[in-house]
Amino acid sequence: MATQAAENPTTAPDAVVVRFAGDSGDGMQLTGGQFTLSTALAGNDLATFPDFPAEIRAPQGTLFGVSAFQINFGSREINTAGDAPDVLVAMNPAALKVNIAALKPGGLVIIDTGEFTKRNLDKAKYDVSPLDDGSLAKWDVLAFDISALTIEAVKPFGLGNKDALRSKNMWTLGLALWMFDRDRGPIEDWLKAKFKNKPEIADANIAALNAGHAYGETAELSGPLHKVHIDPVKSEPGLYRTITGAEAISLGLVAGAQLAELPMFFGGYPITPASAILHHLARLKEFGVTTFQAEDEIAAICASIGASYAGQLGVTSSSGPGIALKTEAMGLAIMTELPLVIVNSQRGGPSTGLPTKTEQSDLYQAVYGRNGDAPMPVVSCRSPGDAFECAIEACRIAVEYMTPVMLLTDGYIANAAEPWKVPDPAGYEPFPAKFLTEKNGEELLPYKRDGKGARPWIKPGTPDLMHRIGGIEKAVDTGHIDYAPDNHQAMTDARVAKVLGVKVPDQEIDLGEAGGKLAVVGWGSTYGPIHQAVNRARRKGLDVSQIHVRHIWPLPGNLGELLKSYDHVLVPEMNTGQFKTVLRDQYLVDAQPLTKTSGQPFAIAELEDAIGKYFDDIPGNEGGEVAVNEAQLPSPELDA
Amino acid sequence: MNAPVKIETTLKDWETDQEVRWCPGCGDYAILKAVQRTLPQLGADPSNTVFISGIGCSSRFPYYMETYGFHTIHGRAPAIATGVKLANPDLDIWLVTGDGDGLSIGGNHMMHVLRRNVNMQIMLFNNEIYGLTKGQASPTSREGTKSPSTPIGSYDRPANPCAFALGSGARFVGRGFDVSKNLPDVLKAAHAHQGAAFIEIFQNCIVYNKDVFEDFAAPKGAGDRQLWLTHGEPMLFGDPKTGFDKGIALDRDKMALTVVDVADGDWEAAGVLVHDATNRPMAHLLVEMPFGPFPMALGVIYDDPAPTFEAAVIEERSRASAGKEANLAKLLGKGQTWTVDPSEGHPTD
Repeated sequence: MATQAAENPTTAPDAVVVRFAGDSGDGMQLTGGQFTLSTALAGNDLATFPDFPAEIRAPQGTLFGVSAFQINFGSREINTAGDAPDVLVAMNPAALKVNIAALKPGGLVIIDTGEFTKRNLDKAKYDVSPLDDGSLAKWDVLAFDISALTIEAVKPFGLGNKDALRSKNMWTLGLALWMFDRDRGPIEDWLKAKFKNKPEIADANIAALNAGHAYGETAELSGPLHKVHIDPVKSEPGLYRTITGAEAISLGLVAGAQLAELPMFFGGYPITPASAILHHLARLKEFGVTTFQAEDEIAAICASIGASYAGQLGVTSSSGPGIALKTEAMGLAIMTELPLVIVNSQRGGPSTGLPTKTEQSDLYQAVYGRNGDAPMPVVSCRSPGDAFECAIEACRIAVEYMTPVMLLTDGYIANAAEPWKVPDPAGYEPFPAKFLTEKNGEELLPYKRDGKGARPWIKPGTPDLMHRIGGIEKAVDTGHIDYAPDNHQAMTDARVAKVLGVKVPDQEIDLGEAGGKLAVVGWGSTYGPIHQAVNRARRKGLDVSQIHVRHIWPLPGNLGELLKSYDHVLVPEMNTGQFKTVLRDQYLVDAQPLTKTSGQPFAIAELEDAIGKYFDDIPGNEGGEVAVNEAQLPSPELDA
Repeated sequence: MNAPVKIETTLKDWETDQEVRWCPGCGDYAILKAVQRTLPQLGADPSNTVFISGIGCSSRFPYYMETYGFHTIHGRAPAIATGVKLANPDLDIWLVTGDGDGLSIGGNHMMHVLRRNVNMQIMLFNNEIYGLTKGQASPTSREGTKSPSTPIGSYDRPANPCAFALGSGARFVGRGFDVSKNLPDVLKAAHAHQGAAFIEIFQNCIVYNKDVFEDFAAPKGAGDRQLWLTHGEPMLFGDPKTGFDKGIALDRDKMALTVVDVADGDWEAAGVLVHDATNRPMAHLLVEMPFGPFPMALGVIYDDPAPTFEAAVIEERSRASAGKEANLAKLLGKGQTWTVDPSEGHPTD
């Protein structure tokens, strides 16, 4: 970018990717978050990718302690955090080592030389300083002593060196704000609010911010740094804010409970990356929300089931390992046919796996992962903003069909931010919960189903409707214990039919049209890179369409026919091909997997390569050949 | 929470039409009857009463009670009951569990429901064996218990349910046994207690662990082997025909309880303790009192109410909500926002 601007100062790029990288104690996530806010306020579209270690404070200066925050912003629609950064800010040698390979050739790297000590170079496993050995030759390097400049800037506030250096991230942010022609006002306001009780710290940070900003002017005269202005994106009129997936799910759950006219009970247990939802909801008590931090994952779901039994909207949330613990209780909710929303913020697995990295590998767990024939609707979010809609949808299905519902999100969506057009709650159709208040027959029939297959919701405390429910198989209608063969057959069938009968909207085509050579079918957080890749391919004239599925179970009624209208179906997933299996199973289509389990989202280029391989007959196309019906699609070098 | 309205019922009103499926002669029958006898005396309302259980023989209990009932999953009843109580604190909740359900697979939940002090009655039927799975040793089985899983005798040391409850922070600990005529009084005291009330009920599994409590529960010689505790009364026991001739005293040097003889009914002279159900250290000594050298401590061992969890949750919610408006539209548009004017905005492609 910087070089582009230098070569042709009259043309501003329509999008820029910036990555801030430093030690996990350097405040890179904070820097990224504030830069995101300023970007949103400047009217650019954006997507972010926070990528941080699982350790709270990994040993300083080490390679595994590097924390990074990438943002892609532009004057056009942005769907991903961007493949390769145009600008890399490296706060220490380890951050440089881990991130430099990703930087675009010709990109700009800003380096704090104050951290390039022998000791830090050793920790980053550099024998020779990369500043001296010419290894950075293919990039524009702006290396200077940010540490010293920060200490100088905050000197008037009488802080010790250690405290002074904590403002380094604000100095860097100031420089970034200068580079992209941003207003410092909102950041200053935020610093004043954050350090309300320590005004000297707020002032020191603001001084660092201003010093970084001022430095931009100086550096522009002497080096590769140039001010770039990115125009606001043209977007739908309305009120906007930035939102992360965890925020959007919390707000969507609150909205869902309101639309159901129910108080919400949220049972949770701390786990990365799901805890943020518990934290958000704990601050929304005025919306009739009870949050309960349980003794374990099992108690969290069980208390939520208890609350649903007593007439509230039970919600529980976790990540893969915690979801595994909740599994038996999900079976109880399926058997007792009580509404419940289970949010799964997926992360890399199995076992503890990669707590802070993203993956989509809990799809089998969501769709198939319970003992017995235990059908459960599954909804998946594609982006932070979409998570709001999906949370409402999950609440709707749970309440209308008296069933637990799993809402799949992932670590990437949970932490990533994007601009969000604030919706009007009045625009959503309410789905008020109905409770049985008198007998529904000569005797009470707790398992008498309505037209949708749902049983009545009967709150304990309702006069004269005493009845017993539980995990043992129940007789049709009466709900009494019944192990009889015909009865179990009938009840199994009824549970399956109810879930398969959940009304879900027909599948829409996100890009392209029905029929044609290739459909790229995705679900969840791969939406952004798939959308961009398909968009680019279509601009090249390739006959490729994008289909992105929200309703994983039951699948949209028209999906099978739709998939069969294409010659090829490609399913990119951040797992080893789980949705591909479901599609093959349900429709006998030759869905081909494109898989990635590196803990990192797909890059657009990876998907473009995979798409290109289906169009090897087009002159000039570099893609390789793919034999139809081959079990495995040759996938590009994903982890290179 | 509303004060419960007293309802007139009879034992019959609490019976369901479901066939009771415990083994003939099982101690559970006697407990069921004791509960069904007690509830009318409490003026309890079947519509407002919920029996919640886990898994095991004891956990079939809700099916036989004409109330609301939830037969849940193994060990998790305390967690489910916590959710029910938080969602509707007006409900009167009885938890039914066993030594395996409540102390083994569900031990963690038992600890937390007690320390949180969620208002409910917790009946732990202790038969020192896994009954429904056909007789394996349980966490309360005595050392040397022979069972299919411990053919030459168990070697893990048993847990003491009442000591566990106290250690977890329980504010009410009571003990009874299935066929005891005093069991309803313990249940009534537990019901009157605001908070989690833990009642260990020794229950005779006549198939897999027959008469294991016979040494103190048998009617013959019961006076010498049972110490029924009443708040404000001396800790006396012995043959009722000849008058209570023994009592429990404190050996102050050893900080331990001791059995003393009482001559001519002069228990004060013998140094017999007066039961103070609010004395927590004493409760610890009483539940740890080994049977054999001592009688079995029964009745209301500890009863000292503390604020309940649900009251704290309600209080926190109202404090957190004070002065705040539940306006969803405002919530969605909170924080730093910007507006795209219709003049500059275009739909994205």
